[in-house]
Amino acid sequence: MEWKHPWLPITHETQTDMLKTISREKLEDLFCNIPDEFRLKRDLDLPPSHSEYEVAKRLQYLASINRSADDGRVFLGTGAYPHYIPKIVPALAGRSEFVTSYTSYQPEISQGMLQTLFEYQSMLAEVLQIEVVNSSMYDMATALGEAARMTVRVKKGRTRFLVPGTINTEYFQVLQTYTEPADIQIQKIDYDTKTGLMDLNDLNAQLGDDVAGVYVENPSYLGFIESQVDEINEIVHSAGSLLVAGVDILSLGILRPPGTYGADIVISEGQPLGSPISYGGPLLGIFGCRMDRKLVYQMPGRLVGLTRTEEEPHEQGYVLTLSPREQHIRREKATSNICSNQALAAVTAAVYLSTIGPKGLHELAQTIAYKSNYASRVINEIPGVSSPAIGNSIWREFVVRFSEGSTAYDIHEGLIKNNLHGGQILTGVYPELGESMLFCVTELHDLQTIDVLVETLTEITEGGA
Amino acid sequence: MDKKSVSDKKTRQAKWDEPLLFERSIPGVMAHQVPIAEEKIRKEIGSLDSLIPEAMRRKGYPNLPEVSELQVVRHFTRLSQMNFSVSLGTYPLGSCTMKYNPIINEAVSSHPGFAWLHPNQDVRHAQGALELLWELEHWLAEITGMDAVTLQPAAGAQGEFTGVMVMREYHRCVTEECEQRNEMLIPDAAHGTNPASAAMAGYKVIVIPSSDEGLVDLEALKESAGPNTAGLMLTNPNTIGVFEKDIAEIAGIVHESGGLLYYDGANFNAIMGVVRPGDMGFDVVHLNLHKTMSTPHGGGGPGSGPVGVKKELAEFLPVPRIVKDEDGFFNLDYDFPRSIGKVKGFFGNFGMLVRAYSYIYSLGYQGLKRASEVAVLNANYIAYHVSRIRGFSLPYSQDAPRMHECVISAEKMKEDTGITAMDVAKRLLDFGIHSPTVYFPLIVPEALMIEPTETESRQDLDRLISAFQAISDEAYSNPEHVKGAPKSTALRQLDEYRAAHPKTLTLSWKMYQENKDE
Ligand SMILES: Cc1ncc(COP(=O)(O)O)c(C=O)c1O
Repeated sequence: MEWKHPWLPITHETQTDMLKTISREKLEDLFCNIPDEFRLKRDLDLPPSHSEYEVAKRLQYLASINRSADDGRVFLGTGAYPHYIPKIVPALAGRSEFVTSYTSYQPEISQGMLQTLFEYQSMLAEVLQIEVVNSSMYDMATALGEAARMTVRVKKGRTRFLVPGTINTEYFQVLQTYTEPADIQIQKIDYDTKTGLMDLNDLNAQLGDDVAGVYVENPSYLGFIESQVDEINEIVHSAGSLLVAGVDILSLGILRPPGTYGADIVISEGQPLGSPISYGGPLLGIFGCRMDRKLVYQMPGRLVGLTRTEEEPHEQGYVLTLSPREQHIRREKATSNICSNQALAAVTAAVYLSTIGPKGLHELAQTIAYKSNYASRVINEIPGVSSPAIGNSIWREFVVRFSEGSTAYDIHEGLIKNNLHGGQILTGVYPELGESMLFCVTELHDLQTIDVLVETLTEITEGGA
Repeated sequence: MDKKSVSDKKTRQAKWDEPLLFERSIPGVMAHQVPIAEEKIRKEIGSLDSLIPEAMRRKGYPNLPEVSELQVVRHFTRLSQMNFSVSLGTYPLGSCTMKYNPIINEAVSSHPGFAWLHPNQDVRHAQGALELLWELEHWLAEITGMDAVTLQPAAGAQGEFTGVMVMREYHRCVTEECEQRNEMLIPDAAHGTNPASAAMAGYKVIVIPSSDEGLVDLEALKESAGPNTAGLMLTNPNTIGVFEKDIAEIAGIVHESGGLLYYDGANFNAIMGVVRPGDMGFDVVHLNLHKTMSTPHGGGGPGSGPVGVKKELAEFLPVPRIVKDEDGFFNLDYDFPRSIGKVKGFFGNFGMLVRAYSYIYSLGYQGLKRASEVAVLNANYIAYHVSRIRGFSLPYSQDAPRMHECVISAEKMKEDTGITAMDVAKRLLDFGIHSPTVYFPLIVPEALMIEPTETESRQDLDRLISAFQAISDEAYSNPEHVKGAPKSTALRQLDEYRAAHPKTLTLSWKMYQENKDE
């Protein structure tokens, strides 16, 4: 019997007929250019085909043995943040007209995607207070790598890039991979081990006419707010370097946008804007810069621009623009190799921001501020535990330090036994923070669960594990 | 072929008068109620002013649209209707493999066990996800003939960067000729990401010209390959859709020079279960799961670009690697001191990897091979019929069969009638068909790169051919009619020059308002 599958509409009978019309005898003839010595003369060693029901069952099984974080009992952040996703977001961004289209190379027939991406660029520009945002990078980690490379292109001849000593560890690794082949030296700036704030003396000392850019994170990886942004702006620009700000996008509902403190390039992680954490991907790299042609022409990634129809009556429309920066035109001289990006995550972000609106963004950032500060405060009351162990003001994430007997690992195990998942273990990564964990609290963590967390932490630390 | 009548009168794209959402904003209207902190928490904490330093507080609200929930729903539903997609019609965009993106894949990837799993959760909580990734790595290794695979790269171009970085690390650590081997050989017909990725990894790009047959020019390759060669990046089947039959010789030349062979898997849809890069002599390969393995393209991503390598290169792959111990327990292993490091946060575009897993599990070994066979059949069917239409031709290696795609030239049509490949592409839109890729590869004048894929039915293929026929008829009788296309799309041709001009450049609502005020 002929093997069939719902995604393959050409039957053997149709095949025979089609071959006849193109004067070929058998299907095999079409593969005659492949040298016989290389042909695979066996079946691939893969599972056989399965019915849709069997596929669903297998995937259902694999999903079900994971512990989903949707019950608000997992306190992890560090670059992938659990937030509530309004139901209309996946319903709209998941429309198959968006999902199953390619990059909008034919603008006349792709206005839906182009306008949505223009709205994405526009809404992010408003939140960040910067004129230009591209239509996405892979994630914030790669956006940082690209930003560092961009500073070196803009500031020709300069080859150093400075980062805060408290930089997100994962981003730091990606930054190194991206900059090493370009001969860019990455150096860390000291920080105050109590407040976490950047050591401005060290910043000054390290700056020089070979520094292309300086990176600040706000809130930092360790959760505290870097409050010296005006001083940093001043220092960095008087040294002739560019300021790159990595910000948390939801925090900007209440925190100062980086465009107001002189950031030349802004990056952020857009996953919290309506995308699930999905085991760390897809994420969404937000990448923006000031409207200065020296910067914009060196930007990586795709940009959607407003225009109009050629003929009258002129109608407003959108196209991909400034493409001479890109690989399909400039090849090895392109600003980046990026081609496919994270467009659908950008669509998701546009729908999300349209949905929560300006007041919603503000209130959400407030809710997170309340809850995370509350959690930190009550955890700090546990004997032998301090929180935040670094920084004065925190937002969403905070370092918890355990100083009496329990190791972070003991805490982690104890929490798991109680169906809770603690923050990221930092022990060893920041030796001065001792036995510590980075907790993340969002609107998904309710009062009751936070209190259960505190009780459980108390029991574990009292027990001395 | 059955002649199917096509008409530009029977189809038209939806069109809505849909301004930017900013223009619909009315202060005070809202589309969503965000959760607020419990009263006890708010009391306990008091004013937020004490928590956030004065200098760091945002003054005022960001200028986002204020609209109702229904307005959001209508806005994006209308916009979606002004967007062509695989769900709406034939999308023969060459090199992009716009096949059907199965609905089941979307459904399974949104299961909370996947969608709500945090990447830093204890591995004991993520055994299902790790098993899926581990299995998928092994399947892709088998499909490509490689020994080890990383799923971390986010797209094809990032796969290239990763692969080239791995080659570079090999030359640094194994041949110890990293400094000297600073050249990457790339055919002139290659995709733009190949030279861009090599340059990002610090390589000088040496362009290898194509032969009269549109294949790698062996003499030119011999001349360029040598002690400075880090490797050759090759797409096979190449970008004109023809299999590089001299692959054994190509591999020989590159390997003898001490270089490595890189396989750009964008065209993998031609060869699943038929031939494997690993068996042809390739050392590194990337796949585009958003092409070959049916994960949706999402209007430009997220994609996924796994990289496979031969065992001598495995230690250089990005960390973490996924490992399975004797008890069947899955874990993450960071202990690869010679790894290139990380290329992306966490483990790659996991949601896409779930979809690719689902696709392979559904088709199985029989289905993957059959998919490639049909993709090749369909492309040859198109190549044969379209190249016989007046004004079109099939340049290079005329007698060689095409693989999964074909590149048609409209050069003759342009000479005869003034109608260019771009005009043809735009006119196709009027028939409810997406245009092929145009002006790529660069070695074909007036190129129309057509990739029908295996999921199109014969009727759809015939309709596509009929549309080319209709356009040819028009070009030779009434070229002005073709020039004015498209007419049935939401908008007519757009002014790209104006979009990019410094005086009119508008990249955001913010810039729009600033320009208006000037
Ligand atoms: C031949 C070829 N190589 C590489 C790429 C780059 O893939 P991606 O867009 O996933 O980065 C493409 C995609 O357009 C391609 O067609």
